[in-house]
Amino acid sequence: MRWLRQAMAVLALNLRTIPARLSSSAVAIVGIAGVVVVFVSVLSIAAGFSAAMRGSGSAGRALVMRSGADSELTSGISGPNADLIKQAPGIQRKGQIALASAELYVIIDLPKKATPDKPANVPMRGIEPAGMEARDEVSLVEGRMFEFGTNEVIVGRGANGQFLGMNVGDTIVSGQNRWQVVGLFEADGAVAETEIWCDARALQGAYRRGNSYQSVLVRLESPDSLTMFRDSLTSNPQLNVMIRRENEYYAGQSQAMTRLIQTIGFGIAGLMGVGAVFGAILTMYTAVASRAREIATLRALGFTTSAVLFSVVGESLALGGIGGLIGGVLAYLAFNGYQTSTMNFQTFSQVAFAFRVTPQLLGMGLFYALAMGFIGGLFPAIRAARLPIPSALREL
Amino acid sequence: MKFLPLVWKNVWRRKFRTTFTLLSIFIAFLLFGILMTIRTAFALGVEIAGIDRLVLINKVSLIIPLPLSYQVQLQQVPGVEVATHQTWFNGIYQDPANFFANIVVEPEPFLKVYSEFVVPPDQVKAWLADRQGAIVGKDLAERFQWKIGDRIPLTGTIWQPKQGSAWEFNISGIYDAADGVDKTQFFFRYDYLDENRAGGAGLVGWYVIKVADPSTSVDLARRFDEMFANSSAETKTTTEKGFVESFASQIGDIGAIMIAIASTVLFMFGLVAASTMAQSVRERTSELAVLKTLGFTDAAILVLVLAESLFVALAGGSLGLLAAWLFVQRGDPTGGLLAIFVLPARDLVIGVALMVSMGVLAGVVPAVAAMRLRIPDALRRT
Repeated sequence: MRWLRQAMAVLALNLRTIPARLSSSAVAIVGIAGVVVVFVSVLSIAAGFSAAMRGSGSAGRALVMRSGADSELTSGISGPNADLIKQAPGIQRKGQIALASAELYVIIDLPKKATPDKPANVPMRGIEPAGMEARDEVSLVEGRMFEFGTNEVIVGRGANGQFLGMNVGDTIVSGQNRWQVVGLFEADGAVAETEIWCDARALQGAYRRGNSYQSVLVRLESPDSLTMFRDSLTSNPQLNVMIRRENEYYAGQSQAMTRLIQTIGFGIAGLMGVGAVFGAILTMYTAVASRAREIATLRALGFTTSAVLFSVVGESLALGGIGGLIGGVLAYLAFNGYQTSTMNFQTFSQVAFAFRVTPQLLGMGLFYALAMGFIGGLFPAIRAARLPIPSALREL
Repeated sequence: MKFLPLVWKNVWRRKFRTTFTLLSIFIAFLLFGILMTIRTAFALGVEIAGIDRLVLINKVSLIIPLPLSYQVQLQQVPGVEVATHQTWFNGIYQDPANFFANIVVEPEPFLKVYSEFVVPPDQVKAWLADRQGAIVGKDLAERFQWKIGDRIPLTGTIWQPKQGSAWEFNISGIYDAADGVDKTQFFFRYDYLDENRAGGAGLVGWYVIKVADPSTSVDLARRFDEMFANSSAETKTTTEKGFVESFASQIGDIGAIMIAIASTVLFMFGLVAASTMAQSVRERTSELAVLKTLGFTDAAILVLVLAESLFVALAGGSLGLLAAWLFVQRGDPTGGLLAIFVLPARDLVIGVALMVSMGVLAGVVPAVAAMRLRIPDALRRT
């Protein structure tokens, strides 16, 4: 109890005198805040990208592609095989119609708003009427659905935000093809929102794909019907396909990119953190040196060494906490919800996403800041506690 | 020069403080080096892209193939030295995580167009003689410990063979190249692909055209695109540099992010250096006054303090940059994700310039304050 009172008294004294040592304390605070800003903002890119990919697709749907294909882009399924797939058991049906959509996936070059002079790979998906019903999270937010059998398209909200000429009423020109934009759609923030959708047959005609598709998307009777559906297709000797749950397909695509960003983020923030600890050590060392006489006086009066130790570490922790809070708030204000797009290397196409400064990231940032403050204060604290009283009292 | 020992003594006046300041600046420039390396990696080698090479792709996008028949037409245009085609194969070696670029080329024109790839003549001969031959980059060969003569299977994703499921290759040669050139690629022969693929005969990915005179590039590019306008496969031709640039920009502006982080880092640690210098001068007020009394001019005092600050910045910074350089020499730590992993000489020069600026900026305020000290005030102040 007495120890605690002592420690608190010295700590309060230390904290109250921070304004007097403002410039030196600011160095530690700015350093730690800088680390937290970089740490939180870089990881918010990974969190945003990963959330966009993981939020895509549903466990209640399955995607059929040619076996060996690593994405829809490299897959190919002939028209007759697509019809065969639609007859498999396990697919939800509405009356006679299976909720299955044979689809095409191509990439067209269109200018990005951020870099209007450079083309970006925008994904374009040809769907069948059941494709809308199979995806119940998709809803139109502006305009209307395209008419099957025409060159009309609807555009995802993400694509509308990232690329030029994607508003209702615009015409998208690609090679010799003209596509009329008649509507905008939302899909719960999924990857589909970066896509342009049209009639699969119109796309077959435009790119001379004959009667061939790239994938078949089916809505399962229930998430558990996947095994039945898969067994039926893989045991059919006429088909050479692989079946993946839709959400797993998209989640798998996020791994390489998320890991790369996280590696870079942790690496950079880790090194910066070491530097910030050095900065904090310098600050606390100065703080201790400038108060050597006061500390020695306190100890001569009977304050224990551990109380002195505690007070120095406490001050450093406070600096770390302030730096962490400033850094977290700055990162949140500057980057949370920042809309951008990047290349998904598995499908070679653009994905729009928003940076996400999550509470978890802010918590990690603050914890990291406190850790830097703690380590930064520890050595100067030991030094303060060990200061020989007589010589410190004599020092100017 | 004779005052160097004095500067040296002042630097080490407080060993503890100087050591940690040096360490902070060391970390700052280590980070600077690594950030610039990442930036270069994501620029995908745009700086070394050939100025005499044009890339011709389908106007719709890179993934839509072009007919083989364009080659003859391109070759006939005056000013064209070599027109050759390439195709993205996207084969998988054992596991999708082992990604590397595997590209289908025509061996002879390919080597003519990409003169930066160095392949020993006997290996070139072996490649020309073996239909299943492939040449691979030095970094790729090291990654999987491939040797010449090894048989490598790749699983096709876009292109399926007529029989079986894997494509088989023999390593005919290993290419080397200067720093900054991608040495992680795998090139094999078009005739092997075209004969054995189940579909898509006569289709190629894109064309690379070497022009005789780079100043005609823009005109030639326009001319090519006009040649194929209104055909079933319209084209878009750009310089290789423009092509790489626009591809890199699709990933996002990584360069800007890296520069923003580097600026934060340099500001943070510049502040540490400045605060240290200010403190060190403040502590020495009376000493500086004594020096002035002894006849040191204002300019000499200024130089003395600045030299100290410059020394700390340059010593810590150079060691940091050296450490970054050594780290980069060990190669890409992500195992193949960053094909070009070098710290460009240009960034080393920029780094040294930044050290000098940091030293000057950190030292200038205390140095001027020291210069302006009035002897009686300073002596009284202690």
